[in-house]
Amino acid sequence: MPAAEGTAPLAVILDQAGLDGLLTAIRAKGWRTIGPRVADDAVIYDEIETVADLPMGVGDEQKGGYYRLKARGDQALFGYTSGAQGWKRVLYPPRQKLFSAKRTASGFTIDPMAQPDAPLALIGVRACEMAAINVQAKVFGDKDFADPGYQGRLKGALIVAVECTRAGDTCFCDSMGTGPEVGTGYDIKLVEMVGKAGVTYVATAATDKGAKLLKAAKGKPAAEADLAAAAKAVKAAAKQSRKMETATSAKLKDVPEHARWDQVAARCMTCGNCTMVCPTCFCTTVEDVTDLKGDHAERWRKWDSCFTVDFSYIHGGAIRTEVRSRYRQWITHKLSTWHDQFGQAGCVGCGRCITWCPVGIDITEEVAAIHDSTKGRK
Amino acid sequence: MAERKRPKLAVWKFSSCDGCQLSLLDCEDELLALTEEVRISYFLEATRKIEKGPYDVSLVEGSITTPHDVKAIREVRRQSKALITIGACATAGGIQALRNFKSVKEFIRCVYAHPEYIDTLTTSTAISDHVSVDFELRGCPISKHQLLEVLNAYLNGRKPNVPRHSECIECKANGIVCRMVAAGTPCLGPVTQAGCGSLCTGKDRGCFGCFGPMETPNTAALAAHLKELGCSGRDVQRLFRSYNANAEAFRKESETHG
Ligand code: SF4
Ligand code: SF4
Ligand code: SF4
Repeated sequence: MPAAEGTAPLAVILDQAGLDGLLTAIRAKGWRTIGPRVADDAVIYDEIETVADLPMGVGDEQKGGYYRLKARGDQALFGYTSGAQGWKRVLYPPRQKLFSAKRTASGFTIDPMAQPDAPLALIGVRACEMAAINVQAKVFGDKDFADPGYQGRLKGALIVAVECTRAGDTCFCDSMGTGPEVGTGYDIKLVEMVGKAGVTYVATAATDKGAKLLKAAKGKPAAEADLAAAAKAVKAAAKQSRKMETATSAKLKDVPEHARWDQVAARCMTCGNCTMVCPTCFCTTVEDVTDLKGDHAERWRKWDSCFTVDFSYIHGGAIRTEVRSRYRQWITHKLSTWHDQFGQAGCVGCGRCITWCPVGIDITEEVAAIHDSTKGRK
Repeated sequence: MAERKRPKLAVWKFSSCDGCQLSLLDCEDELLALTEEVRISYFLEATRKIEKGPYDVSLVEGSITTPHDVKAIREVRRQSKALITIGACATAGGIQALRNFKSVKEFIRCVYAHPEYIDTLTTSTAISDHVSVDFELRGCPISKHQLLEVLNAYLNGRKPNVPRHSECIECKANGIVCRMVAAGTPCLGPVTQAGCGSLCTGKDRGCFGCFGPMETPNTAALAAHLKELGCSGRDVQRLFRSYNANAEAFRKESETHG
């Protein structure tokens, strides 16, 4: 819901103590706060409680198949770009129990479902990530057959977005039109301003619940100049070293026999990392398990990948046995046929598939190669 | 539910360290439940009590390394309705398959005072190189969860949930930050079958390839990347030559480096 009608959206300036107050207010209302923290040489999204859990002074360097944390030499809490895995981990967990059942004398009964966990507060959602959450919301039932798990978790969630003021080397949200300004769907938006006088946050509420929480955090009202400075800082993140040739990428379905597929197949290991880290990839497999007696059964939904052989298994065998056909399937669906299916691209330009592909295969480079060859420029 | 007849289970050992059989004993909590469902008819590691064959299910650990093994495994096959091989030794020849790359005669001469007492083959090979096998369960050692899953699937007449995709998929599902990307640690995960539960990558180690080649291993692409990370040809060869040295994809890759 929009903020109180007729008034400008509530915008305040918080210092880090104020941000801590915001986290406290969120937790007091019963949300489980998930946000960035440093673990295992990376920024991951995990349970956080206070500002002290956030990655202070931590930046990152990312390129194809490469990720390193870098000290920034300042007190920024959101100075990294995107975390190792996105919010999909919490909104659509890698293993979900769909139901369990017990055998009875006359058949079987379905066990009652467990109570849902406490609602999530996602702290530090970037523009590309917000876009990805919206893409998945569409996948999981904009039309028919809404997925109750995803939609339920998203509906209950509080989203605190953070706009980037610096792009990573694998980012290309600008060319996908998904950032660096965060689109719709958040409750509160932060812009982190790192200055000589310290670190402050220009915080804007977009919903009533966001506004209530911001009030509780007790910041001082933001002036026009603060908002303008924040917007200017975010503009800097639109300077990106990679870009997607979107006109070509939308037409990938027209080039199934392009020679590039063989070239990328020589490098691709079909390891599936790209699909696992992609914040929009949604494919799952369903696994039925039994106990030894066969009296108790469970059905689990698990993340799957179009890079596995089983993924395209139908009666008699798998369809996509070659590496080229699996890579082509992934990138073509993501960038081209997703439009037919959902009326938008399935890629938000977060760059994770580039960074976390162990051999650094680059989605923008693959499209650029096809772009160049089809334009006769090579 | 109607009582079903408990199938007879046999556990056999060839050239191996016993670690995979131990995974069965390691099932502690589930072991009693398992004995209610199967009749343990032959399992020397657990009991001296032996029942004659034929057996409904045989779990076979170990590789074939002697002329005696070759005969014995044929007899096991004859006695078993279903034969499931367990572990890297049984499914690929194990670490002892390193002998396949060298002269065994030479080893025997160096090691034994009386080489004439030694009766061995020059290779260590998988059970499936000698008899037909119904299911191969990978790992060095196998995962007890996967072992239970395979027995469970057998008992309930369904397909076991044992994926053949890469370890990376399991790694990501477990929320582990990629060691290769974030720390530059050489890792066999992209070409290795999942199933271990990310034991090594979860402890800041690269994958050692215990579960053998995944379904479509692009070992050449990984090897090229390992070299970019600073591995020498010999390092790459050594990585591919461990517990699954004789698995075809790993063997071939190792032979192109050194
Ligand atoms: S395809 Fe790659 S860049 Fe696009 S959303 Fe997925 S991970 Fe991000
Ligand atoms: S593109 Fe990279 S991450 Fe994706 S399956 Fe191929 S090698 Fe793995
Ligand atoms: S640590 Fe190894 S197994 Fe895990 S994702 Fe990285 S390359 Fe794959």
